[in-house]
Amino acid sequence: MIEKLREKSILFLHDVYKQYGDKVVLDDIDLAVAPGEIVTVVGPSGCGKTTLLRMILGQEFPTSGQMLINGNPVGLADSTRGIVYQKYSLFPHLNVLDNVLTGPKLSLPFFERGRHKQQLTDEAMYYLRKVNLAEHSNKFPHELSGGMRQRVAIAQSLIMKPKIILMDEPFGALDPGTRENMQVFLLELWEEFKMTFFFVTHDLEEAVFLGTRILVLSQYYTDDRGNGAGIPRGAKIVCDHALPKEAQSTSVKATQKFAELIQRIRKAGFDPEYQQHAKDFDLSHSDSFRTLREDQYTGN
Amino acid sequence: MRKLPVFLGLHASPSTSLKWVLAVIPFILLIMVYLVASDIRHRSNPSDKLLPTVSKMYTAINKAAFEENARTGQYQLWNDTASSLKRIGIGLGAAAICGLFCGLNLGLLPGIKNLFLPFTTFISIIPPLAILPIMFILFGVDELAKIVLIFIGTFPLITRDIYLTVKKIPREQIIKSLTLGASPFSVTYLIILPQIMPRLIDTVRISMGPAWLFLIASEAIAATSGLGYRIFLVRRYLAMDTIIPYVLWIVFIGITVDWGLRKIVQTKYRWYLEY
Ligand SMILES: Nc1ncnc2c1ncn2[C@@H]1O[C@H](COP(=O)(O)OP(=O)(O)O)[C@@H](O)[C@H]1O
Repeated sequence: MIEKLREKSILFLHDVYKQYGDKVVLDDIDLAVAPGEIVTVVGPSGCGKTTLLRMILGQEFPTSGQMLINGNPVGLADSTRGIVYQKYSLFPHLNVLDNVLTGPKLSLPFFERGRHKQQLTDEAMYYLRKVNLAEHSNKFPHELSGGMRQRVAIAQSLIMKPKIILMDEPFGALDPGTRENMQVFLLELWEEFKMTFFFVTHDLEEAVFLGTRILVLSQYYTDDRGNGAGIPRGAKIVCDHALPKEAQSTSVKATQKFAELIQRIRKAGFDPEYQQHAKDFDLSHSDSFRTLREDQYTGN
Repeated sequence: MRKLPVFLGLHASPSTSLKWVLAVIPFILLIMVYLVASDIRHRSNPSDKLLPTVSKMYTAINKAAFEENARTGQYQLWNDTASSLKRIGIGLGAAAICGLFCGLNLGLLPGIKNLFLPFTTFISIIPPLAILPIMFILFGVDELAKIVLIFIGTFPLITRDIYLTVKKIPREQIIKSLTLGASPFSVTYLIILPQIMPRLIDTVRISMGPAWLFLIASEAIAATSGLGYRIFLVRRYLAMDTIIPYVLWIVFIGITVDWGLRKIVQTKYRWYLEY
């Protein structure tokens, strides 16, 4: 079962731990992501969401465990993964078109860049049209609104056709209206291109609205290691299930079902009082798996 | 509505024309004080040398700028200017290029940083004038020693400033470039370098002051031409009528270069000013 998942997953994590000194941040993460999913990751602040994303990106490395992208071990950041940050994704000294062109240009050998210029520009303009920014292609990042900047950043990643696009709170700095537009916009892009997203956010509503699959990362749980202060316990995936993705309208946010789902997730992941036992986690997604460690779950 | 005061207080908001008037006032005051003082001295002694009249200065500078020197066949002011600008241009230009390259690598490569940052700090603390004699011994009293002095006086500052600028570039930019398929070389020279060019120009502007200081100091000690050389030469004859115009000329050159560099940043690097 695990072998099969390892083969067909675009992102595969097995027994991944991350420690900073004595502090365990991520505690035995197992995760398999199928192509075309929008995986949203939520969790209380400081639980290690960004750390997990950075490890997948190649900006940090796990203390132990296996991490694969498309079957290959994760190394330093490269063009198999795209990234959209909350800030600083764009190069301030380049206009919108050149920002989008940076990737395709850098991927070519130096002397071929000039020769393919027209073709690359056409391609960049295609993606700029997709993100509704074609008429702004000559502007510089400082001349754009926050939402426009993030759309350029998305186009910048899209054009590279990475295996997976990582997003670290990409809409976190936007005002609520723009934010909602960007969510709908991202879903439309996904409908068209069907790429894989790994989307970290602290906004539960956003996570449930956007994702086809939600992961809740939390340090509020218990297991058979006991509850003493000396137990180095880090965040685990306490919740992992598929999300319905039939409607793209933001009106689903007002429905009863949506609200209940959010309530459930909030309780499972965000309530320090609610210490779920590791064996009771809701890991109902069909790709979800867990390799149990003897000392954690057996015994009493 | 309350009217804001035009000049006094924290909330003063002078009109545009008043701003100009205010800016000019100190200059006019200085000129007036000079003219009056000069006049008083000339009344008691018509051949006073300390505060020459405008017409004396005009004669002196006219001679320096537009009359061929009988002995050397050169136009003294232009010759001096060319010598000085050449020294400062080569010295500061080399410092800018080396500082850019070193700062860039110090800022991006932790290994290089650990190898060279303490050394750069050490170099930057040496007072360049203290090792001026060493320069003269090593490089002779010709051009090279002066250029090296300007280089040594400005290079550590520029390196340090570029290094700090590179350090401040968010790590995200580097990771982002890598995800766009950039090699470490491309990250350094195609992504980061263009981002620090405007800062380099700013740093060079700031380094103009020290560069002039070192230029004039070295010209004062050993030279056969140069603006600093001339000023120190004619000092022996108390030739204030040459010294004052020369100083004003240096100020003028400084302002012009500064203005030119600022214009480059304003036109070519607009994003830098807004960012
Ligand atoms: N470089 C680091 N050194 C030490 N501790 C770190 C470092 N980076 C993150 N941490 C710790 O790891 C934990 C998770 O951080 P982070 O991934 O940023 O959380 P989140 O994104 O979920 O808010 C935090 O408690 C933080 O203090």
